Amino acid sequence: MTHRFRVSVSRKPGLSDPEGTTTLKALQDLGFTDVSHVAFGRTIDVDLEAASGDDARLALEAMCQKLLANPVIESYTIEERP
Amino acid sequence: MTVAVVVFPGTNCEHDVVRGLATAGAEAELVWHRDTDLEGAEGVVLPGGFAHGDYLRTGAIARFSPVMAEVERMANDGLPVLGICNGFQILCEAGLLPGALVANRDLKFICRPVHLEVESTDSVLTRAATRGQVLRIPLNSYEGNYVTADVDSLEGSGNVILRYSDAGGRKRPASNPNGSTNAIAGVTNDRRNVAGLMPHPERASEAILGSDDGLVLLESFVASLELVSA
Repeated sequence: MTHRFRVSVSRKPGLSDPEGTTTLKALQDLGFTDVSHVAFGRTIDVDLEAASGDDARLALEAMCQKLLANPVIESYTIEERP
Repeated sequence: MTVAVVVFPGTNCEHDVVRGLATAGAEAELVWHRDTDLEGAEGVVLPGGFAHGDYLRTGAIARFSPVMAEVERMANDGLPVLGICNGFQILCEAGLLPGALVANRDLKFICRPVHLEVESTDSVLTRAATRGQVLRIPLNSYEGNYVTADVDSLEGSGNVILRYSDAGGRKRPASNPNGSTNAIAGVTNDRRNVAGLMPHPERASEAILGSDDGLVLLESFVASLELVSA
């Protein structure tokens, strides 16, 4: 059956995230002074055929490690989509 | 063929690199990213551009192009491997060089000459240069901001070979064009046969281009071919 997932990839904490830093400053300039952290990432929707949810998740994990995220600078989470 | 210059879909500096290598004394030949046999090559260069559109992340798709198995073989055999700009990003994605390249600190595409200080001459890219030498070479990138999870161990390893500086070799915040960690512009691997840098030495390899400061880097690479084959 088809399993539907959403992968969220984000920069590891402490590493340079110029988009996040710039957007944080812009929000503060707009008066949202309570904002203390903004981080950018990307979401990737993946549908795949697999015999079971566990198989599908294992495959997704391999895809993240190999291509969808760069483990040197990024972490990721995998969740199911309805 | 002496040097293989890899062309991915979206590569756009390959002819400049071939010409720069010729000026430095090496024959070079373009190879397509689907080629799976670089047996005749004594070294390989991944030039700049936007391989595979830089989709997903810069270099992320290119590192799985068929030719990359040969690039990895050559790296493992100790042959000289060089990545310039997008080529550097690809080598980082492939795990052949440490770290990664992300968006510039000021979120601007930078296209101008910058100064680099030679930090180490122990690499295929810098062996003909002098430690402390300052080079003026064009930078042309949006994702040129070098990051690494453990910069202290990288510094300790001696694998930082080029650093952004001012014309006098001083490191000031203003002389770091893109926010790179510790102003790192170029690195090598532990074996010192794989190197990458963001600026373009081939665009500063003849006086008519405004600077021939990049020639010493290409000459280093060519000298490394001779050392390996000797």
